[in-house]
Amino acid sequence: MTTTRAATATGTGPRRADGPRKAAGTAPYAYEYPVADLAYIAPVQATVARGRVLEVDASDAEAVEGVLTVLWHANAPRLEPDPDLSGLQRAAELAVLQSGEVAYRGQVVAAVVAETFEAAHQAAAQVTVRYEQFPHDVDLSDQRSDAVAPEEDHRQGDTAGAEPADVVVEHTYTTAMQHNNPMEPHSTVAHFDGAALTLYESTQGVHEVRRTVAAIAGLDPRSVHVIAPYVGGGFGSKGPLHAPTALATLAAMALPGRSVKLALTRRQMFALVGYRSPTLQRVRLTADAQGRLSGIDVVATVQSSALADFVEQAALPSKSMYAAPNRRMGHRAVHLDAPVPTWMRAPGECPGMFGPEVAMDELAWSCGLDPIELRLRNEPDRDPHTHKPFSSRNLAACLHEGARRFGWDGRAPVSAARTENGWRVGLGVAASTYPVVPPPSGSRARIRYEGEGVYVVSLGAADIGTGAWTALTQVAADALGAPLERVRVRLGDTTLPEASLAGGSTGLASWGSTVHAAAEAFRARHGQAPEPGAEAEADLPDNPDGDDFAMFAYGAQFAEVRVHEATGEVRVPRLLGVFAAGRIVNSRTARSQFLGGMTMGLSMALHEESVVDGRFGHVVNADFAEYHIAANADVEDIQAHWIDEEDPHVNPLGAKGIGEIGIVGTAAAVANAAYHATGVRVRSLPVRLDDFVGA
Amino acid sequence: MEADITLTVDGRPRALRVDTRTTLLDALREHLDNTAPKKGCDHGQCGSCTVLLSGRRVVSCLILAAAADGAEVTTAAGLGDEAAPHPLQQAFVEHDGLQCGYCTPGQVCSAAGVLDEAAAGWPSAATPPDDLAEGSAPVLTDAEIRERMSGNLCRCGAYAGIVAAVGDAARAHAPAESGGNR
Repeated sequence: MTTTRAATATGTGPRRADGPRKAAGTAPYAYEYPVADLAYIAPVQATVARGRVLEVDASDAEAVEGVLTVLWHANAPRLEPDPDLSGLQRAAELAVLQSGEVAYRGQVVAAVVAETFEAAHQAAAQVTVRYEQFPHDVDLSDQRSDAVAPEEDHRQGDTAGAEPADVVVEHTYTTAMQHNNPMEPHSTVAHFDGAALTLYESTQGVHEVRRTVAAIAGLDPRSVHVIAPYVGGGFGSKGPLHAPTALATLAAMALPGRSVKLALTRRQMFALVGYRSPTLQRVRLTADAQGRLSGIDVVATVQSSALADFVEQAALPSKSMYAAPNRRMGHRAVHLDAPVPTWMRAPGECPGMFGPEVAMDELAWSCGLDPIELRLRNEPDRDPHTHKPFSSRNLAACLHEGARRFGWDGRAPVSAARTENGWRVGLGVAASTYPVVPPPSGSRARIRYEGEGVYVVSLGAADIGTGAWTALTQVAADALGAPLERVRVRLGDTTLPEASLAGGSTGLASWGSTVHAAAEAFRARHGQAPEPGAEAEADLPDNPDGDDFAMFAYGAQFAEVRVHEATGEVRVPRLLGVFAAGRIVNSRTARSQFLGGMTMGLSMALHEESVVDGRFGHVVNADFAEYHIAANADVEDIQAHWIDEEDPHVNPLGAKGIGEIGIVGTAAAVANAAYHATGVRVRSLPVRLDDFVGA
Repeated sequence: MEADITLTVDGRPRALRVDTRTTLLDALREHLDNTAPKKGCDHGQCGSCTVLLSGRRVVSCLILAAAADGAEVTTAAGLGDEAAPHPLQQAFVEHDGLQCGYCTPGQVCSAAGVLDEAAAGWPSAATPPDDLAEGSAPVLTDAEIRERMSGNLCRCGAYAGIVAAVGDAARAHAPAESGGNR
C-alpha cells in the first residue's frame, strides 16, 4: 500500500490519545481490573514512632466473618533478606513484616486480608498490637550537631572571603514537608499461583516494579507480570516502590490463588509512600554594588530516615544557575524516626530554587536593580559547576519574553505602592531550571507493521498523565512517515519491551529517542513497503554529546499577588511562565504539563504543609480537609508559553523534558510578588495570611 | 448486616445485596463493576467519586448504598462513552482538561450538575449580588465555574482546561433545556 507522508506531527497539538476513555471513566486503573477470587487487604499501622512489636493479638480480628488471615512479622511469608535492587529502591522500606522493629509511626505492623472491604477494615481495627516503645526523634532543625554531610561540599574559591561584598544577602529560607498525593491512591492487585505473580500496579514504571518485586520475593523476573497502562498520577511517589506493594506481594504469597487488593486510604498515604523532606536553606550571596555576584553559598539541611537514606538535593540547582567565582553548595541530613522521603516533582530543584531565587530578589532590592536585570548580569557563559558549555541556555530569552507578555515594564520600582479595593498588589519574578537527566535505565521499543497502513509501537513506558502516549504516537508517526491515526502505541505492561520508568522528566526524551531509533531500524530493514507482520526493535541510542555539554531547561515565572489589607488573605490572580525546554512535541499536552507544574507550585507557595506532631511522630493533617492543595478557585489567569529552542545535543528529538520544570520557581515568584505588594519578606513556605497581618 | 437494594445505574436497573456499611461508591465499584466514579479520599474531600443521584451531584463515598435504595444514579460512563461522548466529555478532551484522568469522571459529573444548578437559578458564592434577582439564571463566568467546581480536586493541575471546557459546554447548554442528556 502507499501512504502519503503525513505533515510533520511533532510540534502540533493532537488531542490526548487516552482522553476519551478517561473522560468516560472507562480507562481501568490498577484497582479496577475485574479479577476472580478477590480479597481485600487492610494494613494495621504502628502507633509508636520507634519500638518493637512484642505481640500481635489477632483473635478478635480473626473472629470477624470473612477474615482470611491476619499477617504480622511472626507469620508473614519471608522475603529475600538481602535483595539485589536498583539504586532507586530502599530495601529496608520494602522489608514489610519481616521483623518487629518499628522505625516510624504509621509503619505497617500487621495486615488483615478478608473477603470484603468492610470486613477487612473492621478486623484491622480489632487487631491488638503490644509494643516495647523506645524514645523517638522527629525534630528537624539546622542547629543539630548530628547532621551529616552525605557528600563533600562542592567548593570553588572561598565563599567566606568572597570579594567584592558591597552587598550581602544572608538568610535562612525554609520549605515545608509535602506529600505527593496523586489523586489515585497507591494501589496494587496481586495474584500468585504458586509460581507466577501478576500485579496490577499504580506505578511510574512496570519494569522497575517487576525487577524489584522479583528480587524481594525471590522470583525469576520472567515469572512476574506487571500491568499499568493507566496511572492516576504519581509525581514521583510511584517511582520507587514503597511498603504497600511489598505488602500486597506478601499477601498474595500467603493466599495463593486469590487476587488480593490494596488501595491505600488517603490518610495512609501520609505515612507509607514517601514525601518531600522539609528543607532549611542557609543562603549567602555576596555581590558588588552593581549586583555582580562574587559568592554563592547554599547549605541545605534536610531530613532523612533512620530506616533508609534519601537526601533531598536542595543545594544542587545553585551549582549551575548563576556565575560567581566563589561557590559552596552542600547538604546536611538529619536522620529521624520518620518515613523515608522520596521523589516529589522536581526533587532537589523545586525546594532548592526557593531560597536562592528569593535571595536573588532580595539582592536586587538591595542593589536597586530590576530583578530581571540582576539575573541577566549573572548569566554564566559556561556551566559554573562543570565548566562545560551549555548545550543551549535561554534563561535570558525566557525572562525577556515573560516580561513582555506579563506587562512587567509597568511595575513600580518600590514595594507596597499599589492598593486596589483593599488589596495590596505586587508583581514578582523568579527563574526556573531543570536538568536534562540521564534516563534511569535503558529502553527498548518494537515496531510492527499490522497491514492496512497500521503500525503498532510497543514499549513498557508509562503515561501517568504526562501525555507520553500521545507524544510517542507523534514521534513514531513522523519517524515512520505514517499518518498519526495509523500509529497505535502500547505501553504500561512488562510483556512489552523493557523501558525506563517515568521520572526526572526523562520519559519522552528517552522513550521518544528509542521509538525514533526503532522506526529507523524498521525502515532500514523493511523499507517503505513492508509486509504485514514485519517487525524491528531498537534500544535507546547513546548520546555522543552526553559528556560534552551541560544540559538544562530554563524558565521564567511571573506572579501577580494580592494581599488583603485587613485579613492578610493571599490571592494569585495571574501566573505566567515562559519556558525554554527544547523542542515541544505536543503543544496541547505540553501546555498542560507546564500549567500543571505551575499549579502545583502555586499550591506549594500558598497551601501545602504536612505538620508533624513531635510527641507522636506522625503527620496530623493527613487528609485533604487539612492538607490543602490548590483547588480550582485558587487558580485564576494562568498561562504557559515557550520559546522555540533548537538543541541538537540533548537527543535526536531535541526535547529536554517538561514534567518538572513548571513547578520550579513558582513559589519564589509568589513570595517575591508578595514582597512587592506589601514590603513584607516571607522566607518560609507556605506564604500565609499570618505573615502579613500586623506586619 | 446486609440489605437488598435496587439502584438504577446509568439507566439500567440493578438489584444487589450489600453490607449496610457499604458506601454507594463501593457498591458501584466493587459490586456493580462500574469504576467510572473513583475513590480518591473516601472522606468527601476530593470529589473524585462524584455521581449524579436523581440528577443532583453528590460525593458517592459519603452515601450508604442501603440509604440510596431505589435511587437513580448516573456516572460519567452513563453520561456518554467513547463512541458517543457527552458534550462535556468532548469539551474536556478538546481543552485538555485532564492529565492522569483519575479525577476526570468526577469532574465531568460535577460539571453536569453545575450546568443544571445554574440553569435552575442557583447562585454560588461567586455570583454577583445584582444577578441574584428572582427568576434569573447566573451566567457561568470563569469565576463562577471555578467556584462551583472547587469541590473537585485535580492534582495534575488541569484547572485551566477544566474551566475552559465547562465554559464551552455552558455556552452550548441553553438554560431552558436542562438535563437533555440524561
